[in-house]
Amino acid sequence: MLLIHCPYCDDTLPELEFAYAGEAHIARPADPSKLSDEEWRDFLFIRTNVKGVHAERWRHIHGCGRFFNALRDTVSDRFLTTYKAGEARPDVQTLEAAE
Amino acid sequence: MNAPVTNFDAVTVTVLPPVARFNLRIAPADLAVASKALDLSLPTRIGQGSQQGDRAAYCIGPDEWLLHAAEEEQQAIAAAFDKVRTETPHSLVVISDREVTIGISGPAAVDLLSVACPLDLSRIPVGGAKRTVFDYAQVTLIRDGEDAFRLEVWRSYVPHVQGLLDVATRELAAGL
Repeated sequence: MLLIHCPYCDDTLPELEFAYAGEAHIARPADPSKLSDEEWRDFLFIRTNVKGVHAERWRHIHGCGRFFNALRDTVSDRFLTTYKAGEARPDVQTLEAAE
Repeated sequence: MNAPVTNFDAVTVTVLPPVARFNLRIAPADLAVASKALDLSLPTRIGQGSQQGDRAAYCIGPDEWLLHAAEEEQQAIAAAFDKVRTETPHSLVVISDREVTIGISGPAAVDLLSVACPLDLSRIPVGGAKRTVFDYAQVTLIRDGEDAFRLEVWRSYVPHVQGLLDVATRELAAGL
């Protein structure tokens, strides 16, 4: 079972308490009616689907209830870090240097 | 209510009598106001609890607390929070009837809970509480002692949770 660190609870807890919530850092357009159909399609459906480090949202649904973001390697399924919603995506190089 | 009790030497599972329960959402900066209204200082860290007489408070989210009190104090507490409503915005929801408390105690309590609870139970401090899952049901797990726990389960999940606990207790008793 994956163990996930919740940045709000500041605790590492079993995966069963969490729910996956898609790719992170996708901002809703400020004025949706100005968008072309293609741009709107991209916003709704087009995701990066990276092989490697992926920024994604998780929700600690059976715990504190908060959404937060995580960097996970989609190849090894290893969590590099988790951070609170609203914070900028941490730089992977800095993270690896810190380890 | 007839309280069903499952018992063998190493663990006892009991449905506990009802208490007044509240779910409080308030900005952490306003915590002093809530502590005054409840007459009990509220814990600040998720997982921690504080207790005094019949009253108890457990922090289960960054701005969320579970409050317990004697059943007859429910009105008084709701009124006390109502008085500070205009100055301090918050939400206090009475959830007394939403949940049923199941008490689990005895040397095998941790073994019994670990049947369906994925948490590392040894890391929950005595007097603390955590919202987690029991099988698929969301529960609040409160630790009263080294081998004494309370499970707060939503009413509609109780037959499922109790059934699992019953089977697991018998398996433990049979030495499986």
